[in-house]
Amino acid sequence: MNVKTQVIAETEAISDSSTLPRRSAVELQSASVVFGSGDKAVTALSPTTLRLDAGDFVALVGPSGCGKSTILRLVSNLIAPSSGVVLVGGREAKVKELRIGMAFQNPTMLPWLTIEQNVMMPLKIVPPFKHSFRQDRKGAFRDRVHALLAQVGLAGFANHYPWQLSGGMLQRSNLCRALIHEPDLLLLDEPFGALDQFTREELWQILQDLYLDRKPTVLLVTHDLREAGFLAKRICVMSARPGRIISDEPVNIPQPRDIGMIYGSEFVEMTQGLRELIAQVRK
Amino acid sequence: MTEAKRIKIMSFSLIFGFFLTWEFLCILLNVSDLVLPRPTEIIVTLWVKFPILWPHILQTLYSTLVGFVLGVGIGVALGVMVGTSRVAYAVAYPLLVGFSSIPKVAVVPIFVLWFGSGTTPAILTAMVICVFPIVVNIATGLATTEPDLEDVLKTLGASKSEILWNVGLPRTMPYFFASLKVAITLSFVGAVLSETVASNRGIGNVMMTASSNFQVSLVFAGLIILAVLGVVLYSFFSVLERRVTGWATRDTDIAIT
Repeated sequence: MNVKTQVIAETEAISDSSTLPRRSAVELQSASVVFGSGDKAVTALSPTTLRLDAGDFVALVGPSGCGKSTILRLVSNLIAPSSGVVLVGGREAKVKELRIGMAFQNPTMLPWLTIEQNVMMPLKIVPPFKHSFRQDRKGAFRDRVHALLAQVGLAGFANHYPWQLSGGMLQRSNLCRALIHEPDLLLLDEPFGALDQFTREELWQILQDLYLDRKPTVLLVTHDLREAGFLAKRICVMSARPGRIISDEPVNIPQPRDIGMIYGSEFVEMTQGLRELIAQVRK
Repeated sequence: MTEAKRIKIMSFSLIFGFFLTWEFLCILLNVSDLVLPRPTEIIVTLWVKFPILWPHILQTLYSTLVGFVLGVGIGVALGVMVGTSRVAYAVAYPLLVGFSSIPKVAVVPIFVLWFGSGTTPAILTAMVICVFPIVVNIATGLATTEPDLEDVLKTLGASKSEILWNVGLPRTMPYFFASLKVAITLSFVGAVLSETVASNRGIGNVMMTASSNFQVSLVFAGLIILAVLGVVLYSFFSVLERRVTGWATRDTDIAIT
């Protein structure tokens, strides 16, 4: 038995006999990523260990190029770890044990589909929804899409095409697409990075509502410390490339949080602390 | 009057003016109708000979369309094979460029050698001449699909064929329809070319026979028919393209941003 399978076997044994109330949703065990080989090898992620419990909301912050997005790509199985193990729902990421919803900074709406069709896409792909997609459930699915669109303030835009919508509206649709199939795990890669401050704060609140409503496990990559502080239950700070996690602190403010809070002294103090930490590791 | 309408009227007057100038220059310079018949003579010939020309028009259309359909089928299949893998695309591209740069006139004698003269070489020429633009366009469309778009489906656990079906192929449609416009015109050229060289039917053959009998106005009548057919075929696919892939050439007037 090689090391990798042994680790998995052990983890399964633990989770089977576990008396813990929550099982891990995401677990990185010394996972690293190296692109290329030989002299040209680039280490995108130093061996990193990170654990998210079910229902956790963790924000990953750090200087650009530190491997934040690499962690998301590992968890979503877009890339495989060069060493170490990535477990999702207690099993290897490629098994797709958990239902995953993902939103990138770029809204990546398919331009030939309407917003409704775009948001509906996961229902067409992900089991068990895909099995009933072509049958009578389509009407029910459509109602569901419309309800979710209404929740993010996009009622009446279902039949528009992506190019007819503004950046903020596209990002709302993007959130809807990441959530429509009720994922257990939501992966967000700087989803509000390209938006103006007002739209961003509005979407933070929408995301908070959606999170508290459904309680998925969330891993949010962001470079906005206020975003991390407002939304997350835990903030992990990463060092400059090759990245690793240098700080992992809970945010001790009860949810739901009020948006006015981000201008309060306690909150500013916390983000200042994070800021200084990142400024140090950038050197 | 809108800009578009004005352009339409101007373009019609240009066509009309062209034929008018032709007519008057012929009269003015006293050009023999054995060299260059006047448009009115050509129209009269067209009218008188139309019952004889009609089966030939159908023959040319038949060869063109059968060749085109075969070419599209083969082109799409090859294009998908080459385009779905980046490696296959890189490996096959030089060969494709090599094939597509062969002057297709050169293949007609080979087809005649293999299949004798008649409809078969016309269909085959129409086919080979239109395959490559379709292969290249489909492959390019698929190979240049933004990884971001594919990633969206990959994170959902989509299979390769689901990604091809939901992202790759729709994304490639604008390339495909653009290539259809080119392909139908090329098929038409191929069919006529082959008829000219080796057939006893079709407009190409009519023109060839007419020219050896010095029926010059009939040669030009054939030319007019070819021009009209070419425009009709091209417009059909042009309209179809705008219908199907409107999202790629969107009308920004109705954007609401």
